[in-house]
Amino acid sequence: MPINDWFKQRESRRYTVTSGSGADLPDGVWRTCPGCRKTLYQGDVAKSLSVCPHCGHHFELIAADRIEALVDPGSFEQTNASIGSVDPLRFSAVKPYTESLAAARESCGLAEAVITGRARIGGRAVAIGALDFRFVGASMGSAVGEKVTRLFELAIAERRAVVLVVASGGARMQEGMLSLMQMAKTAAAAERLARAGLPYVSVLVNPTYGGVTASFAVLADVIFAEPGALVGFAGPRLVEQTIRRSLPKGFQSAESLVDHGMIDGVVPRAEMRGRVAAVLGYLLPGGDV
Amino acid sequence: MARFVMEFERPLVDLEDKLAELKALDVASLPELAAEIEDLEREVERLRETLYAALSPWERVQVSRHPSRPKTDDYVAGLFTDVVELRGDRAYGDDEAVFTALATLDGWRIVVIGHRKGRTTKENVRRNFGSPHPEGFRKARRAMRLAEKFSLPVVTFLDTAGAYPGLEDEERGQAWAIAECLATLSDLPVPVVVVGIGEGGSGGALAIGFGDRLIMLENAYYSVISPEMCAMILYKDTARAAESASALALTADDLMRLGIADEVVPEPLGGAHRDPAPVIAAVGERITSALETLSAGDTGALLENRYGRLRAIGVFAEGDG
Ligand SMILES: [Zn+2]
Repeated sequence: MPINDWFKQRESRRYTVTSGSGADLPDGVWRTCPGCRKTLYQGDVAKSLSVCPHCGHHFELIAADRIEALVDPGSFEQTNASIGSVDPLRFSAVKPYTESLAAARESCGLAEAVITGRARIGGRAVAIGALDFRFVGASMGSAVGEKVTRLFELAIAERRAVVLVVASGGARMQEGMLSLMQMAKTAAAAERLARAGLPYVSVLVNPTYGGVTASFAVLADVIFAEPGALVGFAGPRLVEQTIRRSLPKGFQSAESLVDHGMIDGVVPRAEMRGRVAAVLGYLLPGGDV
Repeated sequence: MARFVMEFERPLVDLEDKLAELKALDVASLPELAAEIEDLEREVERLRETLYAALSPWERVQVSRHPSRPKTDDYVAGLFTDVVELRGDRAYGDDEAVFTALATLDGWRIVVIGHRKGRTTKENVRRNFGSPHPEGFRKARRAMRLAEKFSLPVVTFLDTAGAYPGLEDEERGQAWAIAECLATLSDLPVPVVVVGIGEGGSGGALAIGFGDRLIMLENAYYSVISPEMCAMILYKDTARAAESASALALTADDLMRLGIADEVVPEPLGGAHRDPAPVIAAVGERITSALETLSAGDTGALLENRYGRLRAIGVFAEGDG
């Protein structure tokens, strides 16, 4: 479905009752902020980029809203919207993979866990993508790997910067080694962009883990993260089991990643567009033609 | 030395033990024993063949983890001469879970990179059982850069359960260290030959685990996630790892079918540990043969081909909006 239709469809769904992750709630519901426990009216939350007006907690956003929040209004044009996963290994465990995919498509209205396209940020030409955590945990299988790779290739062909908003549970287990190899594939594409002298900015949001962190997500020239976002390779539970003691407060948080020198800054959602535009102003001069 | 018995081998091992007991008796004084021993030998042989002829994916994973299985050290000792080990990542420390060296293979001057499990407990503790810390991957990357600078082909050996999921590993950027290896390897302008000799655990294996040729040992595995962890996620039960191993398509044959591996080196019945020397020699031949082919063309074509190989991996649908 073209993204504009998708936006329209979402409009029509407002004020109906939905369930799910909270990323796609209708305006007419109340929700509790996990940051300050205050009860918030979803209509107010949506108006403030889904950031709690009391404590600044950043709620999850769907991919389309991520892109909308970053690009110049009306500048987004989706690419490769029809690429979607199949079930190459006929993976069936508790639930067949095909069923998980069908359910994700139905509830998200997306063919895959990443939206990609052309856009402008501060007038500069970018190739932008955003992952949608609702879609099988925004895990990377063949389709996500292919779309991200094509995004880098598009940027090289059209001399654009790449901006990626990343959330992910990691490589998609249900596609086995095909998923693992997408790490190498996307990293190779990011490296080609780097060799072409084009900038890449990644925005890490909650949560970003596993094979996605350990591939294209952190190969950016400049890496920002949203406040409170958890980012790592191994999940906190596994780390805790491994070291057999409790984890320090703030472990794997965006704030601690700054302290450890792994990212360039924690940037509130409302300031992200301006910050990314400022970076592109330095790294893609003349990119506004 | 205590014997390590994989659970699926138990019936065979019991029979072998019985055979050994009989053989220990004085055969000369008990002539009827000779026939019995002969019968038992035949039975052992038959069982060995049926048991090992068609190992399940989970059984292969167990073979790949066998403590006596030839390791990176054994391939290095068996194949290379004039080995000069390179140590340290020049930033934090020296991770012994990753081995890097300059070495000579049949006249080829190369850079070797391999995950390194130990033979003894002491060695394994030092080497973290072959699970690298970030500095291990950074050491590997340093070796890759050296190979680039001096135009030396790279040969890697995969044998890790995975990157270590520790607290400090996360703080020191495990994901960053792996991702940088991937990017570096993707356009390293020298031939890269990868040999899966044992375990190929996820991102920690992939960091040194792709290139221009992927040679898999028959019982080596390469997987996006360990069968146990997969079973834990799917069934909340690590005991169902066998099912997960089948579902994950992680064997050498699976990798051939998926277009990821290029060739499979057969192992003796029961696994490479039963008779390592011919396996190690065969690996050496496969590596030199790959190096000859890969060194024939120019670097631009080599890199285009490497990117093309990665580019071709993946199965997805496209079209129909
Ligand atoms: Zn709040």
